[in-house]
Amino acid sequence: MFLSALGTSLRPLVWLLLLTLFVFLTFGFALNTGSIEIGWENLWQILAGNGEGIEQQLVMELRLPRALSAFATGGLLALAGALLQVLLRNPLADPYVLGVSGGAAVAALLAMLAGITGWWFSASAFVGALFTVLLVFGLAHGRGSWSDTRLLLVGVIVASGWGALITFILATAPEQDLRGMLFWLMGDLSNAGKPLPALLVLAAGVMFVVPVARSLNVMARGELQAAALGVEVGRLRLAIYVSASLFTATAVTLAGSVGFIGLVVPHLLRLLLGNDHRLLLPAAVLLGGGLLVLADTLARTIIAPQQLPVGVLTALLGVPVFLYLLQRSR
Amino acid sequence: MNPLLKISHLDVVAGDKTLCRNLSIEVLPGQRWGILGPNGVGKTTLLHTLAGLSTPGSGTVLLDGCAVTDLPRRQVAQRVGVLFQEQSDPFPATVMEAALIGRHPHLGRWQWESGRDIQLVREQLALLGLESFSGRQVSTLSGGERQRLAIATLLAQQAELLLLDEPINHLDVNHQINVLELLTGTSCQGRTAVMMVLHDINLAARYCDHLLLLFSGGEAVHGRAEEILDQEVLGRLYQHPMMILDGPHGPVYLPA
Repeated sequence: MFLSALGTSLRPLVWLLLLTLFVFLTFGFALNTGSIEIGWENLWQILAGNGEGIEQQLVMELRLPRALSAFATGGLLALAGALLQVLLRNPLADPYVLGVSGGAAVAALLAMLAGITGWWFSASAFVGALFTVLLVFGLAHGRGSWSDTRLLLVGVIVASGWGALITFILATAPEQDLRGMLFWLMGDLSNAGKPLPALLVLAAGVMFVVPVARSLNVMARGELQAAALGVEVGRLRLAIYVSASLFTATAVTLAGSVGFIGLVVPHLLRLLLGNDHRLLLPAAVLLGGGLLVLADTLARTIIAPQQLPVGVLTALLGVPVFLYLLQRSR
Repeated sequence: MNPLLKISHLDVVAGDKTLCRNLSIEVLPGQRWGILGPNGVGKTTLLHTLAGLSTPGSGTVLLDGCAVTDLPRRQVAQRVGVLFQEQSDPFPATVMEAALIGRHPHLGRWQWESGRDIQLVREQLALLGLESFSGRQVSTLSGGERQRLAIATLLAQQAELLLLDEPINHLDVNHQINVLELLTGTSCQGRTAVMMVLHDINLAARYCDHLLLLFSGGEAVHGRAEEILDQEVLGRLYQHPMMILDGPHGPVYLPA
């Protein structure tokens, strides 16, 4: 009896430690690699505050902020994906399924057309995302009741509406803006130099969702069942919807719509670790974040000096891994 | 003895439709209620209303003196367990993980299931003949095995009032008897009350001491089982003439 209790409580810790180690390795890789190789020993000195010159600048002012942005984006997307899968009780849900990224994209592309840059560009993407959150919620809410199917349907329809607008903007935009737009749509971290707000949202998010994780386990079995087992379903559902949308909006604002992470990281972990959200949610943050740091480092080095949109790399890395795991789990 | 559940002047509604009118019942600890009635008469909605999962059209449902819809869900769940007609599991889980869900209302926010919880769930699984299944994926279970898992989950909740929607659905005869013995056995110890929707009149007569008959018009008849069960009332309930034979456990009702 003692052993079984120990077994259930130790396993998650071991997994989280392994994933944390993975995150540290990806950061080491990201800070080391690029036009100038730093070397582990040198890197250690710089991080300890003893660095100097161009290498110090390179690591502290370019690579570290970018890696932190990548981590925050990946963590937020994986967390949002895992939450939406429970909310919609559909393992195929991803952070973009309810149209949040579409709204952000339309606003961002319009801002690019208007020549807006910097802080105001981020703000307009964020407003576009929040507008979609309110629109979808308002429409799905209708007269009193909102079922998960209704929410999903409204979200998918609104998302495809945004999709059409995006295509319209791309078709009519001047040639010189197109490349920037496509990069943004694929997800791109080359302009993501201010990770702090996203990291704060991520930290607050983790602190909010981990305590309700067991309630999410119950919610995954159906809302009536959850209510019968003591979950305040209405309140929890609203909280998940708002927080998942906020996480997505923050990530999209920072890096554009990076595909794949939000769908596949939670899924991969469901295959590996099972569906206990107390372990799954923090694990998703670590794996999603680490994976995006890794993918972004590859995206900026593979065909250097040219950079790839990171979304391409996440898909190229993730698809084979995911298919392999799916095959094995049969 | 104080009633566990006090139902006064209750109207059960589904959407705009009133299903059952002016129902007043007191459920005492240890009582075993069977709910009988034709399809669509509102048996399920009644159970949901009693559990506080649907709001009544009018009237009140009091759980130990408090309106069940006003109590925090967690507090209700510590005392009232519900077995639903259908279970859904879009995400894979093992039998043990699925059954442990029953402990949710008793665990604090940061608490993990203890060895005691696991032991308790293991015992409930064993009572339902699922002891060797605990590592199996729920998706590989048959309909009857899933039903038994749902009942084990419910028993692990250790509620004082069990509301069960067709507990013997999908079950073979041996398991039907085992489940009914288990459910009424727990209530025999005097603490737990059971209310279950059943379709089998004879099993209801055998295992329930009280019956609630819901008629299509919204009328409800209730009382001690042996006092209200007869050929005439059952014929009226199901809109089909019934006959009575003498059986080993008392009268046996059959469609004529």
